[in-house]
Amino acid sequence: MVEEEKNLRVVRCGGSELNFRRAVFSADSKYIFCVSGDFIKVYSTATEECVHILQGHRHLVTGIQLNPNNHLQLYSCSFDGTIKLWDYIDGILIKTFIVGHKLHALFSLACAEDSVFVIINKEKPDIFQLVSVKLPRSSSQEIEAKELSIVLDYINQSPKCIAFGNEGQYVAAVRDFYLSVYFFKKKTTSRFTLSSSRNKKHAKNNFTCVACHPKEDCIATGHKDGKIRLWRNFDDEKKYTYTCLHWHHDLVMDLAFSVTGSSLLSGGRESVLVEWREATEKNKEFLPRLGATIVHISVSPAGDLFCTSHSDNKIIIIHRNLEASAVIQGLVKDSNIFTGLMIDPRTKALVLNGKPGHLQFYSLQSDKQLYNLDIIQQEYINDYGLIQIELTKAAFGCYGNWLATVEQRQEKETELELQMKLWMYNKKTQGFVLNTKINMPHEDHITDLCFCNAEKSENPTLVTASRDGHFKVWILTDDSDIYRKAVGWTCDFVGSYHKYQATNCCFSEDGSLLAVSFEEIVTIWDSETWELKCTFCQRAGKIRHLCFGRLTCSKYLLGATENGILCCWNLLSCALEWSAKLSVGVMEPDPNSENIAVVSQSPVGSDLFVFKPSEPRPLYIQKNISREEVQWGVFVPRDVPESFTSEAYQWLNRSQFYFLTKSQSLLTFSTTSPEEKLTPTSKQLLAEESLPTTPFYFILGKHRQQQQDEKLNKALENELEQLPLTENIPAISELLHTPAHVLPSASFLCSMFVNSLLLSTETKSAEEVPDDADMEEEKESDDSDEENNFTEEVQDTNTTDLGEDIIHQLSKSEEKELRKLRKVDYSWIAAL
Amino acid sequence: MDAFGGPIWSMAASPSGSQLLVGCEDGSVKLFQVTPEKIQFERNFDRQKSRILSLSWHPSGTHVAAGSIDYISVFDVKSGSAIHKMLVDRQYMGVSKRKCIIWGVAFLSDGTVISVDSAGKVQFWDSATGTLVKNHLIANADVQSIAVSDQEDSFVVGTAEGTVFHFQLVSVTSNSSEKQWVRTKPFQHHTHDVRAVAHSPTALISGGTDTHLVIRPLMEKVEVKNYDAALRKITFPHRRLVSCAKKRQLLLFQFAHHLELWRLGSTVATGKNGDTLPLSKDADHLLHLKAKGPENIICSCISPCGSWIAYSTTSRFFLYRLNHEHDNISLQRVSKMPAFLRSALQILFSEDSTKLFVASNQGSLHVIRLLEGSFKHLHTFQPQSGTVESMCLLAVSPDGNWLAASGTSAGVHVYSVKHLKLHCTVPAYNFPVTALAIAPNTNNLVIAHSDQQVFEYSIPDKQYTEWSRTIQKQGFHHLWLQRDTPITHISFHPKRPMHILLHDAYMFCIIDKSLPLPNDKTLLYNPLPPTNESDVIRRRTAHAFKISKIYKPLLFMELLDERTLVAVERPLDDIIAQLPPPIKKKKFGT
Repeated sequence: MVEEEKNLRVVRCGGSELNFRRAVFSADSKYIFCVSGDFIKVYSTATEECVHILQGHRHLVTGIQLNPNNHLQLYSCSFDGTIKLWDYIDGILIKTFIVGHKLHALFSLACAEDSVFVIINKEKPDIFQLVSVKLPRSSSQEIEAKELSIVLDYINQSPKCIAFGNEGQYVAAVRDFYLSVYFFKKKTTSRFTLSSSRNKKHAKNNFTCVACHPKEDCIATGHKDGKIRLWRNFDDEKKYTYTCLHWHHDLVMDLAFSVTGSSLLSGGRESVLVEWREATEKNKEFLPRLGATIVHISVSPAGDLFCTSHSDNKIIIIHRNLEASAVIQGLVKDSNIFTGLMIDPRTKALVLNGKPGHLQFYSLQSDKQLYNLDIIQQEYINDYGLIQIELTKAAFGCYGNWLATVEQRQEKETELELQMKLWMYNKKTQGFVLNTKINMPHEDHITDLCFCNAEKSENPTLVTASRDGHFKVWILTDDSDIYRKAVGWTCDFVGSYHKYQATNCCFSEDGSLLAVSFEEIVTIWDSETWELKCTFCQRAGKIRHLCFGRLTCSKYLLGATENGILCCWNLLSCALEWSAKLSVGVMEPDPNSENIAVVSQSPVGSDLFVFKPSEPRPLYIQKNISREEVQWGVFVPRDVPESFTSEAYQWLNRSQFYFLTKSQSLLTFSTTSPEEKLTPTSKQLLAEESLPTTPFYFILGKHRQQQQDEKLNKALENELEQLPLTENIPAISELLHTPAHVLPSASFLCSMFVNSLLLSTETKSAEEVPDDADMEEEKESDDSDEENNFTEEVQDTNTTDLGEDIIHQLSKSEEKELRKLRKVDYSWIAAL
Repeated sequence: MDAFGGPIWSMAASPSGSQLLVGCEDGSVKLFQVTPEKIQFERNFDRQKSRILSLSWHPSGTHVAAGSIDYISVFDVKSGSAIHKMLVDRQYMGVSKRKCIIWGVAFLSDGTVISVDSAGKVQFWDSATGTLVKNHLIANADVQSIAVSDQEDSFVVGTAEGTVFHFQLVSVTSNSSEKQWVRTKPFQHHTHDVRAVAHSPTALISGGTDTHLVIRPLMEKVEVKNYDAALRKITFPHRRLVSCAKKRQLLLFQFAHHLELWRLGSTVATGKNGDTLPLSKDADHLLHLKAKGPENIICSCISPCGSWIAYSTTSRFFLYRLNHEHDNISLQRVSKMPAFLRSALQILFSEDSTKLFVASNQGSLHVIRLLEGSFKHLHTFQPQSGTVESMCLLAVSPDGNWLAASGTSAGVHVYSVKHLKLHCTVPAYNFPVTALAIAPNTNNLVIAHSDQQVFEYSIPDKQYTEWSRTIQKQGFHHLWLQRDTPITHISFHPKRPMHILLHDAYMFCIIDKSLPLPNDKTLLYNPLPPTNESDVIRRRTAHAFKISKIYKPLLFMELLDERTLVAVERPLDDIIAQLPPPIKKKKFGT
């Protein structure tokens, strides 16, 4: 443990783009694959749940494709220069091909059996080539694939600009104003150029994407002006011809043909999926109001599903009849974060600005958006130059029972529209319901708002600070009529201090004191009587951040000024305890300890300081946590406290610190080494990970515990060998660990399974010895074969064949029978 | 000859050219035998319920497709019976229209019938089974015309929205023989209905209500990407529609069904170059002469003295005598025109208004002497033996001795009016003549061709002049050759023998034969050199072509006297304002 703690690293934690590349469907449309940062996520199309995370790449994954020769396998490529082959059903990495160059996209073809196509840039940074990579056949797990041959040079790096057509007879690539088509058989390239003159009509002729018809020689290209061109006869450079389809008013982001080619799908900024039936202009269908710009469109090989990836990090799965059936939503990132990071006390979800006008609740554990709360409740009109209503502030109060939000819209200097909404948590509907809407709660921008979160306070209290020089105290009052009990929020007290602008407000932990900063001056108010108790003034610039100390340090008040001074006042002595020169960008108190985290900005990067208010010496300093400016940070309480012994890491024991940089990457601190993180967790079977507590679970219960102590990547047989316990009945593990598609029929296994659960006789223990011997043999053959060919062959194995085999030679012990079955299976593989 | 079926809506000649089909209002399709002598009724096909709007022969001549209202019939020519009746869907974007009018059909040699209808559909039918093969909905309004190329690998349709669509037969995949019809490019060059389309081997030609004739070359069929590959839009006929009586300052305007005679206004004010002077006397509309009968006027002319007006329709020739009494005029028709003056392609009066030259559509040229109120036929120049081509351009020398006449393709013939015989023939040139004129004094014939070449031919010497040889040797400026519209009129300045005045629809040019010719490096369309430059530079930059392009479509330009030039413009906006409103289309963002 101590060793591990030595390197506390900044790691990305989820929230990565799901819409970076086209999503890929499995052959049976049951799963959908999408890239997510360094990982590949496998989602179920029916339940929207993440089934697997394929991890192994060390850099951004840039392309995924089903293995055309085995639809149970998936190829992926990454900026780390490797192509990996996965068994996605079990989440196992099968092979790694090391190419060496930074790979930008991946294409696989059924006709090119042992090679795939990737986009690389070799020499100059902006010149990209489409190359074919020969994947050598070898038994080792890591293979160098250096045999590259250039297909097309000087192409666009985006995979949307490359398409293979007519079963791989040609490849079409678009860039700027031309379409080039390379014919593999003839080894010739045809190039078609559109007019690029500056006049108004042709200025937006740029190609944006390309798709090829699956059956006919027809290439569809999307353009910047919203046109779709359908090219035909392109094998003749003179007689080529094209048709235009024009509906989109802004650029066409992506195109896809349906599996049969009878319809063409297109999407763009309009957030409308357009289906062009039979590629005719008049025969089109729409799926409107998809919420955000369509970035990618993909079609399932079975033809029953489409999916669209959107700019708000969302994947929508759509039925053939243009009905959205499932939504996979990641962390929404494409908006300004005004509210900062908050933690919903109920769900422990991260809460921040999401879609325009919404608050998103994002689960950090499952890397998934839980839900969107529509705050503004107005139709969002996406138009350039339109001044929108912005959700600027939000705060949770009373253990998540109340949520306060502030929205504003300012078209001109003097015309400010301001609205504060208070939402109550409804246990029945498990959601927030609007309780009170206050128009113009202040005359000017609201700078801060906070709830009094003291345990003893019986009446919820909210304080808002505004630039108009006032702070207002809002309390929940009985708003009841004769029929039913209703509650509403009203203003209870208005405070001001010499007409200074109120900049921050903060309640002490017990709720007895309220601190409000008025520019350079901090005022302390009694929350019972709303009397001004005392003021602090350091004359060190306006106060930017203000917070009270917690627990044992509750007598301290901390304030950070814009001039880069951090002050700590003692509330008992009403004097400055200490001050430090620190340009504070983020100041966050840990709710579970006395610690306060401060992120300071400097031109070279951001530094983190963790300290207790009682002593000016920081507990922990991490320099350069990010090269960018850190905008927001938050402590998230841990469900299970960690037990770091080292003093420097004790601050992470009870809470985890998450922060958001200017480019909206969500980062946190992790102590585990990257190597450990990257070891495939994957050899175990799915059944063991998520077993509900059923009688079946108890059969396996003990076995599970033992397995946890095991190294995960060891073969399963080893366990059995080492732990020949009665609970570890081989038949059971056999049944559960053999992939279902190689098992004999259930009727055959049933009797054996039931037999194995019976109390063992003496003869059985005698038989265990040969069993072990068998397993040793097995292990040898497994080691050589499993990694390389296992999944490939498994697919080919004919179950009925095996079943017959076994049925013919009924032996005395059926357990042994099953051993033999496996042995037969693998030796057959070895022969290949 | 009457078909006895009410109004005729459609006609189609058989591929062999010996038979003619006529579709009538009462639903009958009548077959006529066409022989060089006469047209004879042969048979009636099965009568249909409603009018026959379109007809098309199968290339073999055995079958005929006829488009009616709501259905298409396929006839067997031998028996005259309808084999198939193919009902057309009335549905239009889900709304049932009252009727679906088949505006056009085309019968392909593989038995496919293509129909265009008022619901905006282009449909492919199998004539053997009478079934619909494919349906393309292309417009929200009527599709009005269709034309198929000779190879039957592409066709073009015109819609009431002004769009022309091109359909092509392309192979489904490069290595299969299966082919399909695909709508390829739409062209929106018209604002109104496209009533007629044609498919030449290298271009799509369309025309309609908006008075434009648009020639859109097919890029893939054009060998060299030269100026011929550019789009052409023709608005005005390439012929003279205005004639001028110089002495009385009268202008005669020719319209489709009437003539208008105007007297020019005058001014007494003076001003600088570029000023518009106020009129002291407005132009007078003297005469509105309506043509007799429904036929269009083909040509018209007013004599230089202003006392004769002649015009011709497709079948009749009219001559009028104008009597001027101070400001009033009276019109008197010269009756008893001789039988040979049935119709004329071009009419010209001699400079002294004593002779009338008429180019008839049979190829002969008639010379008539005009007397006060009567006339006398002098001579007829018969066409060269073996040619049936008629003369469509005439020019007479100012001294009245020479008459030049040109047909559409053959060379220019020069006749001596004194001796009433052929004087000489100008060597043949590949491109048709667009304008002819004979210069005063020198009797040099200036000929403009449609490829923008200009020749000068000396009639007395029977050879090209030295200047003409020089300019042919050096070649014209490339921008001059790239102009769209042909030169429609040539005239001369009586006091400046070195000047040739000519114009087309967009520019007026004075060629000064004394100045050096421009080469490709010099500016052709040079504005007037700035006055502050020295004379040397001005002389150096000056060249023979002085061009003014300030005119909106210029119909006519002529020197009235040494100091007065009359120009007739016809702004396009005025024409468009008179057209019926186009079909309203929702334009995005409005």
